Amino acid sequence: MKVILRLIAQRIGVSLITLLIVSAVVFFIANLLPGDAAQEMLGQSATPEAVAELREAYGLNDPPPVRYAKWLGGLLTGDAGVSLANDRPVDALIGERLSKSLLLAGFTAVLAVPFAMVLGIVSAMYSGSRIDKAVNIFTLSMVAVPEFLLATILVLIFAVELNWLPSLSYIPRDATAYDYFRAFAMPVVTLCIVLSAQMARLTRAAVVEQLSQPYVEMALLKGATLSRAVLRHALPNAVGPIVNAIALSLSYLLGGVVIVEVIFNYPGVASLMVDAVTNRDMPLLQACAMLFCVGYLILVLIADISAIVANPKLRKGG
Amino acid sequence: MRSQLSALPVSGKIGLSLVVFWVVLAIIGPFITPYSASELVAYDVFESFSGKYWLGTDYLGRDVLSRLLDGARFTIFIPLAAAGLACATGTFIALFAAVSHRRTDETISRFMDALISIPSKIFALVMIAAFGSSVPILLTITAISYMPGSFRLARSLAVNVANMDFVTVARTRGESRAYLAVKEILPNIVHPMLADFGLRFVFVVLLLSSLSFLGLGVQPPQADLGSLVRENISGLAEGAPAVIIPAIAIATITIAVNLLIDSLRGGATYSAGSK
Amino acid sequence: MTNHVEVNQLRVDVGPLESPKTIVHDVSFTLKRGEVLALIGESGSGKTTIALSLLGYARPGCRLSSGAVNVGNDNMLALNEKQLADLRGRKVAYVAQSAAAAFNPSRRIMDQVIESALMHGVLNREQAKVKAVDLFKQLALPEPDTIGARYPHEVSGGQLQRLMAAMALICEPELVIFDEPTTALDVTTQVEVLKAFKAAVKAYNTTAVYVSHDLAVVAQMADRILVLQHGKVMENNVTSQILNHAEHTYTRQLLSAVQDSDAFQDNPKHDTVLEVANIEAGYGKILRDGSVEIPVLSDISLKVRQGQTVGIIGESGSGKSTFARVIAGLLPAAKGYMLLNGKELKPAIDERSKAECQHIQMVFQNADTALNPAHKVGDILGRPLTFFHGLTGRARAERVAELLELVKLPADLAHRKCGALSGGQKQRINLARALAAEPTVILCDEVTSALDTVVAAAILDLLEELQQKLNIAIVFISHDISTVKSLCDEVVVLYKGKKVEHASGKAFRAGPYHPYTELLVSSVPTLDPLWLDTKPDGHEQTAVRIAQNDALCRFRNRCSVSIQGQCDSLPPPEHKLPEGKRILCHKDMAL
Repeated sequence: MKVILRLIAQRIGVSLITLLIVSAVVFFIANLLPGDAAQEMLGQSATPEAVAELREAYGLNDPPPVRYAKWLGGLLTGDAGVSLANDRPVDALIGERLSKSLLLAGFTAVLAVPFAMVLGIVSAMYSGSRIDKAVNIFTLSMVAVPEFLLATILVLIFAVELNWLPSLSYIPRDATAYDYFRAFAMPVVTLCIVLSAQMARLTRAAVVEQLSQPYVEMALLKGATLSRAVLRHALPNAVGPIVNAIALSLSYLLGGVVIVEVIFNYPGVASLMVDAVTNRDMPLLQACAMLFCVGYLILVLIADISAIVANPKLRKGG
Repeated sequence: MRSQLSALPVSGKIGLSLVVFWVVLAIIGPFITPYSASELVAYDVFESFSGKYWLGTDYLGRDVLSRLLDGARFTIFIPLAAAGLACATGTFIALFAAVSHRRTDETISRFMDALISIPSKIFALVMIAAFGSSVPILLTITAISYMPGSFRLARSLAVNVANMDFVTVARTRGESRAYLAVKEILPNIVHPMLADFGLRFVFVVLLLSSLSFLGLGVQPPQADLGSLVRENISGLAEGAPAVIIPAIAIATITIAVNLLIDSLRGGATYSAGSK
Repeated sequence: MTNHVEVNQLRVDVGPLESPKTIVHDVSFTLKRGEVLALIGESGSGKTTIALSLLGYARPGCRLSSGAVNVGNDNMLALNEKQLADLRGRKVAYVAQSAAAAFNPSRRIMDQVIESALMHGVLNREQAKVKAVDLFKQLALPEPDTIGARYPHEVSGGQLQRLMAAMALICEPELVIFDEPTTALDVTTQVEVLKAFKAAVKAYNTTAVYVSHDLAVVAQMADRILVLQHGKVMENNVTSQILNHAEHTYTRQLLSAVQDSDAFQDNPKHDTVLEVANIEAGYGKILRDGSVEIPVLSDISLKVRQGQTVGIIGESGSGKSTFARVIAGLLPAAKGYMLLNGKELKPAIDERSKAECQHIQMVFQNADTALNPAHKVGDILGRPLTFFHGLTGRARAERVAELLELVKLPADLAHRKCGALSGGQKQRINLARALAAEPTVILCDEVTSALDTVVAAAILDLLEELQQKLNIAIVFISHDISTVKSLCDEVVVLYKGKKVEHASGKAFRAGPYHPYTELLVSSVPTLDPLWLDTKPDGHEQTAVRIAQNDALCRFRNRCSVSIQGQCDSLPPPEHKLPEGKRILCHKDMAL
């Protein structure tokens, strides 16, 4: 147990260091390059005095490391600065949108995970069979399809041809469950298809890896049936790799939501970030970017920890 | 070579033919457009398939086929160059790390791990906000964002090879680090790195198309396939081919590469996703 | 009495149905109830494939194409998967080569041992547990009542192998297949395991098929021996007949590879080319007194003379491979010094000159990993020629051809990559590459242990011949005491990083030995079928961890002659015996 805790603490430490490097990279790309935020805000016609005043007010005259430290300190205390585009605090802007993005990701995960598990395990059990080959071709294709193709096909079918669903997600103020369903159906399905294809492939690989181990052959030679050998012997050992696969696949969502939110006009963090790029709203952009990176790191951390916890070598007998 | 080709499963042959088809099209495309790609040739916008305009017309009444033929080169060649750059630098740095002292290796690896933790789309968005968008910048962005992935794979392969006895033998001979990296290790990791190059290509095609779809990629008057989807998105309600055809075109490229790589590996373990 | 097992015209194919490759050719044999049959042959002889067919099992890619395999009244080839599952584990059981891999790492040992009894409904859980503990006792496992509660990684390899036998015997099967069950074990552990197997098989009157490449092991276990080569039966006879009156040439080759060659000649004394003095080496941080955190070797000294062979012997964990790495400069020694031709040799390879590197060449155990698969043979041999001697073009190609001839390989091999070569050929190229540098000393690390017996014997002959011809010094590192005994001019025995015995070859062969050496020597099976029965029951070594820097005798807990009050309180003295033999022990060796 002690060993496990130490390893986990180590992983968390590494993640924090990574996060620090990431924040530096994000900050320096966004700030050290051409373009003066003050000039930008006031427009070309602004007087030099006004620009200088604004620079002073925003601390833009400080040397970059100082500005980085201030920014980082602000992030840690929950103050991510003020949006340049609409003069509101960045935290408030993100706060409004975050729950909506999480809801979208949550729905997707709940649907995709069980589906992908079954698909992955079945094709591993019958690896080399027709089912396996069909699943392989399907998942191989789906992971390579751009989200906007899936989304446009869904819109064509369900909104244009059948007219069942609106082509844009809209949740009215007093939304019913049905409204939610209508709003979420297409974005969730789009994300689900790519996500579960990815996850099914990783799951299959994890299970196949275990099935090639001598202990599975041994179980068969003890008289176990194939399903017993898979369920009782291989799967318990594949749990770590499978959770790992789930966590890593979920990180796909971080990129996937960007397109889906924009295409369905869904008011989440990703579409906020795309707006920030268009407006060159750096404080907002930096904060959004850090949010996504934190999300990614948390998922990777979960993946790593699950691998540690599931390692039978760290288990103790009586 | 010939026997290798005939040994490919059907999916691999389909993949290979599509890859060849697209590369050829990307080269000769601009020369065989039936109409000028930028000229307004039809009075009707969002026309459907017809003998005159095989793939219909777009939101301004331009010929979709011509625009497709003209735009394919961006969707093929930027990713080819970016994936090549990413793989080559990734492999080079990985070889350097693998034969360096542990400290150096760890520092490089830690930094690369940090870069990997920035999802590529997010990285691209930050870069574009800072630098604007142009073909050289898109090339740089995509190359940088997929380099750490190549590095990670190449390093794990290189470290495995570096622990093999034949490398130890060369070390006991007193060979230089450069010799170990280039002559002993590199030849043994080239094959998997070529497959990785294919995967990176798929990643970049998808990323670039997504950026163009968001209006942040290739900028008008130039247009890649992703831009075509974006500019015609208003035709979706009419079910215009101008939206759906370029999107399908992108999918055929990426799926073809995935199928090809998968059948070359003879296994279904790895694949390119749109991470 | 009718036959219990009948295999008739068995053929096994691999590859696609249209163009199959046959790996077992019409093999037939019979076994009576309670008989033990050994399947012996080298890698690729089809022995495991045949053994698995007795369970109606073919590894993925293989097909049991034709013939009949009858066990009792069942034809294993005619049954469906469900019927086979019912027989496997209950009527026919299997003991795999690597118990470490064949146990499920995430489940407790007891659950796995009794699984087949529960699956087949032979016993209920309580009965099965009682039965398992009985078997643990019978197989001489330590702590039989509690060992089942552990996980596989918590017990030793030798114990796991016996636990796997318990797993096989839990349903009291009629037939047990042992698939190279002791190959992965140290020789001293092997004796215990073999004794346990033999007793268990006898107690249950079980018919057994014992798969092995080691004729001496098989001689202990089997009533009959079936000699296989390339999937064909070479010879099938009772054990004594095979051992004493082998008919087939191949069998005789196998036999002669096992027997000690007594034609040893002591070479006259030569100049010292490499001297190693008071070496300490290991891993981890360097401590303040200059020693290492995790020492692997302590206080090792020896001299290597021109044209002579020094044998370093020990089991896994003895530090013998570390020693080679220290000499080669891959693991710089923390203490002590080395002299090459009388001049100081720096500990780390980075500090050594090209000429010093040239004088010390290393030959690795596994030629598969020691040769770069991306290079052609000509380049593998050519590189040291260019690197050390500046040879290029024609001169280089000619020298490569000479080297190939020296190791008795055809010259046209130079243009091929080594992937397709056989194990023996690869090992010869491995050797030729070391010779290409024209070294003074060659470090041979277990160079024959990955090879089949007959091939290994040929490599040893070649090594001796080359040494005579080229007058090089060899440091021969091995776990195989009989090889070292017959090959070396000087022998060093390592135990847990300490030199416990050091003698000239002649003095070593004459004995007496350090108690550990004694155990090693007496643990090597001979071709005498009664050998195993003469072995006393050893006491299981309890898993007491001895600190490596402990000055006391590190062997004391396993030693059968340890003296209380001395061995556990005082460091062992070094006894100097006639002919310069030195032994580190409290026991008075002169007696």
